[in-house]
Amino acid sequence: MEGFMSVIVGIFFAVAIYLMLSQYIIRILLGVAILGNAVNLLLFVAGRVTREVPPIIGKGADALPASAANPLPQALILTAIVISFSFFAFLLVLAYRAYQTLKTDDTHQMRLAEPEDAAEPPLGY
Amino acid sequence: MAASDAPYIFLTLIAPFLAAAIAPLLTRALGHWAALPLALVPAGIFAFFCRALADVQGGQAITGGYLWVPSFNVSYSWLIDGLSLTFVLLISGIGALILLYAGGYLKGHAQQGRFFSFILMFMGSMLGVVVSDSFLMLFIYWELTSITSFLLIGFDHSREASRRAAIQALVVTGGGGLALLAGLILVWNMTGVSTISLLIEYAQAVKASPYFFAALLLILGGAFTKSAQFPFHFWLPNAMEAPTPVSAYLHSATMVKAGVFLLMRLQPVFGDTAAWETILPVFGGATLLAGTVIGLRQTDLKLMLAYTTIASLGLLVMLTGFGTPHALESAVLYLIAHALFKGALFMVAGAIDHEAGTRDITRLGGLWRAMPLTFAAAMLAALSMGGLPPFLGFLAKEEVYEALAGSNPRAIAFTLFAIIGNGLMFALAFAVALKPFIGTERDLPGGHHGAAAGAETGAPPSALPGISPSRGEIGKRHTPHIHEAPALMLIGPLVLALAGLAAGIFSDAFHATFSAPMASAIAHEQRSISISAIPHLSLPFLLSLATVALGVIVYLLLDRAREAAAAALESIGWGPDQGFDQAMRGLVRGSYIITRRIQTGRLETYVMVTFIVIAAALLVPMTTFGEWPAAPLWPVDAGFHELMVFAIAVIGLFAVVFAADRLTAIVSLGIQGFAVAVIFMLYGAPDLAFTQFMVETLSVVILALVMTRLDLQPSDHRHGFERLKDAAIALACGAGFAALLMRAVQVPFNNTLTDFFNQWSKVVAHGTNVVNVIIVDFRGTDTLGEIAVVTITGLAILALIRIRVSGDVKPADNDPERSA
Repeated sequence: MEGFMSVIVGIFFAVAIYLMLSQYIIRILLGVAILGNAVNLLLFVAGRVTREVPPIIGKGADALPASAANPLPQALILTAIVISFSFFAFLLVLAYRAYQTLKTDDTHQMRLAEPEDAAEPPLGY
Repeated sequence: MAASDAPYIFLTLIAPFLAAAIAPLLTRALGHWAALPLALVPAGIFAFFCRALADVQGGQAITGGYLWVPSFNVSYSWLIDGLSLTFVLLISGIGALILLYAGGYLKGHAQQGRFFSFILMFMGSMLGVVVSDSFLMLFIYWELTSITSFLLIGFDHSREASRRAAIQALVVTGGGGLALLAGLILVWNMTGVSTISLLIEYAQAVKASPYFFAALLLILGGAFTKSAQFPFHFWLPNAMEAPTPVSAYLHSATMVKAGVFLLMRLQPVFGDTAAWETILPVFGGATLLAGTVIGLRQTDLKLMLAYTTIASLGLLVMLTGFGTPHALESAVLYLIAHALFKGALFMVAGAIDHEAGTRDITRLGGLWRAMPLTFAAAMLAALSMGGLPPFLGFLAKEEVYEALAGSNPRAIAFTLFAIIGNGLMFALAFAVALKPFIGTERDLPGGHHGAAAGAETGAPPSALPGISPSRGEIGKRHTPHIHEAPALMLIGPLVLALAGLAAGIFSDAFHATFSAPMASAIAHEQRSISISAIPHLSLPFLLSLATVALGVIVYLLLDRAREAAAAALESIGWGPDQGFDQAMRGLVRGSYIITRRIQTGRLETYVMVTFIVIAAALLVPMTTFGEWPAAPLWPVDAGFHELMVFAIAVIGLFAVVFAADRLTAIVSLGIQGFAVAVIFMLYGAPDLAFTQFMVETLSVVILALVMTRLDLQPSDHRHGFERLKDAAIALACGAGFAALLMRAVQVPFNNTLTDFFNQWSKVVAHGTNVVNVIIVDFRGTDTLGEIAVVTITGLAILALIRIRVSGDVKPADNDPERSA
């Protein structure tokens, strides 16, 4: 099962990276959103998958049954989902503001920090 | 000194740094009189270490220290023998005089407190260099002297010449320091010892090692740059941009001798080998000749002294490596004599500059009437520098010739070098000490009182007197009243010059107290010195007479000699000083070109390079180490509903890629997100599923809100080759991650952490939902961090939405000239 899911995870990564290689901010954003899912799934599968038994300790028991899912990757992913969402939201607003100011979402035309005709640095002391 | 003195020794070693911390405050309160209490610090150190003189008489050493980094066997330890002690006394004794001198020289200067602070920091660093036993401590103090020297040379940082000189000194001596570090680490690896006192015991092992020559070259790289040996001599004359007290202290009496000190210190380890006895005399001799010849052409008093300093350092290096009897003894005598007379002469040059307003020897004359005491100090120092009896310089020169003279070609050649070098230095000594004082009185710009030494310009002859308002007193600048330097500025040169005389007269006591213990420490065996000031007919005396004769002739023909030297040097043209500028410009241009090439300013390029590297990092090691996973099997146990969910996820993904309008893209993004949530649900992670549902819903809503406000097309703009190239990179990365994951799940699972949480969630943390317990209890701090990240992001989003920038955004302007 994990082997098959690994291929699915690979497809998630490939699609996310293909989108991020674009020169347009909007596609990069879509790629970032998918990349978050790809990484979460990677963590999930790496912790091995089991079917349908959540890691919740039943009444009367003191520990989980052996058939229960691995709780550790779930805890990690829970954190990761929230972080990647806030990251995505920040990027989205950043892109929105950049578009408002620069009237474009083409990264080739966003040359404010690295202008194409940057002067040579001064050679004195 | 007993072992119980260790805390006091430590205190004296950090005292200058403590004094440096309070110097600015003290100067604010007391003005230039702060020099007096501050000079008590080096004076106290001087007195403290005078007590140790008796303990090192027979070549013994005082050692001690504290463990610093025990795990690396690094200690803060000192080795105080005759060599260290002489240096310590020179540094602290001259340091006290320099502080007084600086009090008068920079009187009224706005940054006088800072200057005192820098000088004291340097003093502490230099003391550290000479007492260090541990390699690492030696290196740290060594680099600290370079840094404090940088601060002092660039003291007048509003002038470009100062900044250039400061950077040049730092690059040359700091770079040399790195070579020294490499050399010391190499020696550390060769022998396994990291202190100098132990290393001397391992001298045979060092000499037998195949890395001997490499270690020697690296250490010489450090010593030669610090002691301004040819071809690294060029930074020292430029360092004369510093205020004169700095030139007198760092760039003649102490810091530039650190290189010579290191060579003397390591003489028992590296000495007595062919490499040592070839490299040192050859480079020292070349430096001696180059220094005196270039010095001849100068007209600025300080530059003349600077070049003779280079020459003297060359002579010292030559003697340290010469390897004959008397060679080390002569180096010791010359080193002490030089520190005394050169320090005095620099202070005299500063006093002339301070009172007369220029240091140009062609414009100075007849000052003896106005400045009799300065003249006396200058003459006493010059007589010692010229090597005339009964001064210490005479003893040194006699010993030098005793060491060099011989009948083999090597001895004859180096004796000739020494005669020429000493003869020219004789001429330069009297040019500096005599010319400004005798002859007719000239029309001079006059002193700069109050405004203090703002302009260390090297007094170009073309500068019109009194043209700068900071110099001279406007209104009466044509009839300046030149008078004696203030008392603070007279103490230093007089004391040093008289010390040179006293050492020459009472030579027996001087040898017993200072020079013999120092020579014994260098040679690592008992040495005695017997030379006295009474001239006696011998070969060295005859050579001395030849030297003096040459010196007198050159002095009388000084103007002609200057022209000849200038013509000779101009015919050479290029020198390492210009080479430094070319190298620095090349460095800036080269890094500019490389930066432009690597940082194209296109985000696409950066992202592409990043992912190519990631793909390579995933795929290459798996191939190299044969760690490719076995091919995955078709999941026969997977239910139809599971396969369908995976299929929906994949369809959603490709729909995003091929979406032609924004609504399709957003909806497709939602599809793959919800499919992931269902996958979490199917495989026992309900918490994740709920969170994912919520987050995906929010993402789609926000994305829709933003996208509908923008007139953007999310469709693929790429064509043909670009698409193929990006697809290839993406596929390589995807395959890499898939293979990594496959390989990871094919090795046995390590249950340790999972079992820990399973076992203790209920028992210790009293929670049944293990995932929740991990998040809020076991890893509570992580969750706090996560909440902080979300909060900060929220604030940033708020700021981005609320802040409106008015006006046009201009391109970044990195040119300080234009933006100023």
